[in-house]
Amino acid sequence: MSERPIQFYFRGEIHAVQGAAPTRTLLQYLREDLHQTGTKEGCAEGDCGACTVVVGELAGEPGREELRLRAVNACIQFLPALDGKALFTVEDLAPAAADLHPVQQALVDRHGSQCGFCTPGFAMSLFALYENRDSCPPRDEIDHTLSGNLCRCTGYRPIVDAARDAYALPRRPLDRQPVIAALRQLAALPPLDYVADGRRSHSPRTLAELAALRLRLPEARLVAGGTDVGLWVTKQGRDLGELILLGAVDELKRIRVGDGQLEIGAGVTLTDAFAALTAFEPQWAELARRFASTPVKNAGTLGGNVANGSPIGDSMPALIALGATIVLQRGETTRTLALEDFYLDYQKTALQPGEFVRALRLDAPPAPLVRHFRAWKVAKRLDQDISAVAAGFAVHLDADQVVRRARLAFGGMAATPKRAAAAEAALLGRPWSPATIRLGMAALREDYAPFTDVRASSAYRLSVAANLLQRFWLETAPAGASTVTPLRLAELAPIDPEARQ
Amino acid sequence: MSHAETPAGLVGRPLPHESARLHVSGRASYIDDLPEPAGTLHAAPGLSGIARGRIRRLDLSAVRAHPGVRCVITAADIPGENNCGPILHDDPIIAGDEIQFHGQVIFAVAADTRDAARQAVRLAKVEYDVATPILDMDAAIAAESWVLPPFAMQRGEVDAAFAGAPHRLAGRAVLGGQEHFYLEGQISFAQPRDDDSLHLLCSTQHPTEMQQLVAHALGWRSHQVSVECRRMGGGFGGKESQSAQWACLAAILAVNTGKPVKMRLDRDDDMVATGKRHGFQYAWESAFDDRGRLLGLKLEMASNCGFSADLSGPVNDRTICHIDNAYYLDALALKSLRCKTNTVSNTAFRGFGGPQGMFVIENVLDDIARHLGCDPLAVRRANFYDVEPGARSTTPYGMVVTDNVAPALVAELAADCDYAARRAAIAEFNATSPVLKRGIALTPVKFGISFNATHYNQAGALVHVYTDGTVLVSHGGTEMGQGLYTKIRQIVADEFGLPFADVRLASTDTSRVANTSATAASSGTDLNGKAAQNACRNIKARLAAFIGELSTLTVDPEKVEFSGGQVRAGAFAMPFGELAMAAYRARIQLWDAGFYKTPKIHFDPVSKLGRPFFYFAYGAACCEVAIDTLTGESRVLRADLLHDAGRSINPALDIGQVEGGFIQGMGWLTSEELWWRPDGKLMSHAPSTYKIPTASDLPAIFNVRLYANANAEDSIHRSKAVGEPPFMLALAVFQALRDAVGAALPAGRPVRLDAPATPEAILRALNPGEAA
Repeated sequence: MSERPIQFYFRGEIHAVQGAAPTRTLLQYLREDLHQTGTKEGCAEGDCGACTVVVGELAGEPGREELRLRAVNACIQFLPALDGKALFTVEDLAPAAADLHPVQQALVDRHGSQCGFCTPGFAMSLFALYENRDSCPPRDEIDHTLSGNLCRCTGYRPIVDAARDAYALPRRPLDRQPVIAALRQLAALPPLDYVADGRRSHSPRTLAELAALRLRLPEARLVAGGTDVGLWVTKQGRDLGELILLGAVDELKRIRVGDGQLEIGAGVTLTDAFAALTAFEPQWAELARRFASTPVKNAGTLGGNVANGSPIGDSMPALIALGATIVLQRGETTRTLALEDFYLDYQKTALQPGEFVRALRLDAPPAPLVRHFRAWKVAKRLDQDISAVAAGFAVHLDADQVVRRARLAFGGMAATPKRAAAAEAALLGRPWSPATIRLGMAALREDYAPFTDVRASSAYRLSVAANLLQRFWLETAPAGASTVTPLRLAELAPIDPEARQ
Repeated sequence: MSHAETPAGLVGRPLPHESARLHVSGRASYIDDLPEPAGTLHAAPGLSGIARGRIRRLDLSAVRAHPGVRCVITAADIPGENNCGPILHDDPIIAGDEIQFHGQVIFAVAADTRDAARQAVRLAKVEYDVATPILDMDAAIAAESWVLPPFAMQRGEVDAAFAGAPHRLAGRAVLGGQEHFYLEGQISFAQPRDDDSLHLLCSTQHPTEMQQLVAHALGWRSHQVSVECRRMGGGFGGKESQSAQWACLAAILAVNTGKPVKMRLDRDDDMVATGKRHGFQYAWESAFDDRGRLLGLKLEMASNCGFSADLSGPVNDRTICHIDNAYYLDALALKSLRCKTNTVSNTAFRGFGGPQGMFVIENVLDDIARHLGCDPLAVRRANFYDVEPGARSTTPYGMVVTDNVAPALVAELAADCDYAARRAAIAEFNATSPVLKRGIALTPVKFGISFNATHYNQAGALVHVYTDGTVLVSHGGTEMGQGLYTKIRQIVADEFGLPFADVRLASTDTSRVANTSATAASSGTDLNGKAAQNACRNIKARLAAFIGELSTLTVDPEKVEFSGGQVRAGAFAMPFGELAMAAYRARIQLWDAGFYKTPKIHFDPVSKLGRPFFYFAYGAACCEVAIDTLTGESRVLRADLLHDAGRSINPALDIGQVEGGFIQGMGWLTSEELWWRPDGKLMSHAPSTYKIPTASDLPAIFNVRLYANANAEDSIHRSKAVGEPPFMLALAVFQALRDAVGAALPAGRPVRLDAPATPEAILRALNPGEAA
């Protein structure tokens, strides 16, 4: 690694950053240092999307890489995370006010802006969608694209309409070749070892480099997507000390599927991780849809979500229910732990000094048993909300419909994501039936004494946890045992583009 | 969108927002985007860490020593009056020794960078003597803690009505407040100028009040301070009175240091330290006949005003003026409590107390319908004011309703959205669906237009015609996204017969138009549009007289036409620009001021009687929802809105207000929950913890139309104000949720649902008597 400026592709050339502290956010840099004020600050915590920018990276086989463009929140991206990437802001979309990009023109035509403050962020989310989809996607995908952008004026309808209308205007794709050429040029630079303002950050490129650095700097702060750590700076003013950024380690970004096993590297973004999880087990879909927002999923990693050990991290209950193991590495040594054993106490994990999370692994269910699996989150809002209760359930039944294995895990119910030992015991060895489920529901009160906070009361959490078990039964009951339909609100709210006109 | 008449000029056309191209390209400048003069300092407030008590010791030495810090001020450093309260002077800019809420400003810092200022405030060492805070309305009522005295009134023969009524019901409800969540947070940029004067660039709905409060804080007079606002990134009432505190702090720091000072609040500080919509709680008793017609209503309502009066008096008065909504109340006994609590001072928010009044009457009628086993819409219709002024036309505040279109509008919507058939289909669905339940409701809106405080109903404008025929307009209204500038441009362009591009608006500035009213109460276009029109007409009259002098023809000034960029009178025709130049050379005044005051209105704030409103805006919404009885989660499946914007000046902007207001109201009643820790700290202080609607919450089926209905009063182009009224269309969402909850309860069981109807509130309503 060598000391050099942060370099990224910006405004048609390779842009170098020197002197800005490693924890300076991209948004601060754009607005305060470059006076590029089209990108706005609404919350400085990655929740409103006024700061949405699009980041480009090379993805795919070496030599045949493609440009992958994704929307992220500039307000919680540290500058070194941009190294080697391409950055697009709202100013790139329309070099002249008279010559708007189709997503911008559609926003004007549909009256998609009122106060206009959130609008550049929406334009950038729509630009990412426009670049990633050649033709207009269905409404749900548009909603999901916009899940990280808040608008307080319009009520969203004109913005959703503009997303569609942009495709009816003459197509105007980004000229990708100069970007790809610049990114290849950047890839040839040595790994970034950045020093400024008395602070240092390291961006290793290989697993071996990372492992060595981690051993040498056990106190350094590991930063993956920064979607949580970013707030420690913007909201708490914490000094993070020396940083090790994981984003440049390609080996951590691998997803391996085979032999009935799925392994997701710790650096895989939540967007890619959920795609892999849903392909592996379709019941991930609803949780994947509701988890965070598109820009947060584009930046954040599954490894980071798991490693930071939040009691309400939404991915962990489902992973635990499926018996996920976590792969930890220290130096050249790796070890695996059952994910539930990784969490020791509130925001305390089994990570040893010098150790880091390398991957998560899931195994397919044992063949002779029938497995039922569901994962849900319950929150005040459909999209981009932290759950009051997150749940992951897996039961394995034998040919006689008797529960042979049960893994029930919850988030939001204790200081860590935690299995419901008593409820699991209540199910084991019993027939998969309403009576058994009632035993499990009752046993939850032995498993948890949840807290009351801004998201929900203790009593609500207990009720919902039990009711989700009830739903689990209703959805997986053997044919004839339950005729209750529909069971999910999503079934009643069909997203039909035609119906809205 | 349907609109009855095709306009000849620009008024009536669905033009895009005049800044739309700037918005979408990031070129629209908000205060924080403006270039900073050299030496600009950045300010941050230091906030209290307790809700109630006294500061025993405030040690700011580490704050002052932090690198980059240039100035630190406390209450003792305020040269003038330490108050930013708009009506009562009970709102300190910086708290002295006494702390009244968690997050109150106790000092402020100016530093070279924003980061330095924010880091510095964290270094304060504060010791408190902590007192037990009053955090909710029950505690305030028990302690008789008021910001303003309780108000009681009685209309009609209440006791007799109750004695003779065939039915009576009692009910209660709790209604949460609401955070504005304007996307652009509070910001003020104070720039000292020579000779003891100061120019403020602010995101504010009320430049004049800010000018006065800043002058008072500095110990100056009004003509030393000017306040300018080109656009806000949203306001919604949150920048009416409560933008002033940040301007005062920036101004004091700027005068102290002699440097420009920008104060931009961090989102969390903004949400903690600025007021919100008032939460309410209600207890009522209704008396009614067999078809659900109200015979009498006894209502006690309390509002959480927070620690100071702010605008709570007028807000609560508007609540009183809207408990009738569209319904005639024959006999009413009312008590209104204005609770003082140790929470942030609550303030204006779209609807200004009106929604809180209409919320309760809709619950009252819904309960009656459920009790009688009637369709709630039938009960609502039975209670409407008379269409033609008659026996059932006088409001509780003594105004006769003469423009009632609620019955016709509701009938049109009910037919359009197939209300009756869908209600039957929903009942059928619910009979076989134990887990998911659906509900439907159709509710009307009648909202009074004008400030209750009569003197606010005035406006001024200044119109400049330049010698090339272009026009620059200044007026007292502020642009917060609602499209006021667009509508004014349309109005002025049409007056002169010019294309849209030939008219521009200058930023709103107290040095161009004085003594402005807040851009609030939906009144922006009504007041400023008329004022601008009057200014134009003054200039046109002079030009018409001038044409008479120019032309050998005899010109009737009344018959001069301004259209298509030409000025015509009989055989005379000249391009507007040429005429302007000719008039200038002839020494004709080409600029003028216009003034407007709303006619016919008067209101006695003591008796709460009069005609506070020039007219009413109407609307109705039909909403269909579904709830999940296992989790309490809900969705709005379909919404049909029909809204009366009069003869719309810009149907696209008006539809935007209708849709945006509805979704904002839906958020208020569903997902937006304010939650305080037992020590008084607000924990829903950021978008991570306070959930306004997102795109996914938009109903899958969303039909929105304007109702063709020219204003019966002589408003600007017979349009109607549209900023606030549609907010209350969202009451249909809440009533539909009550309907769905009722479907899950045993028949006839009363529904007790509190707002916001979060999943937890719905689950609690589904399991009355249980802990959750």
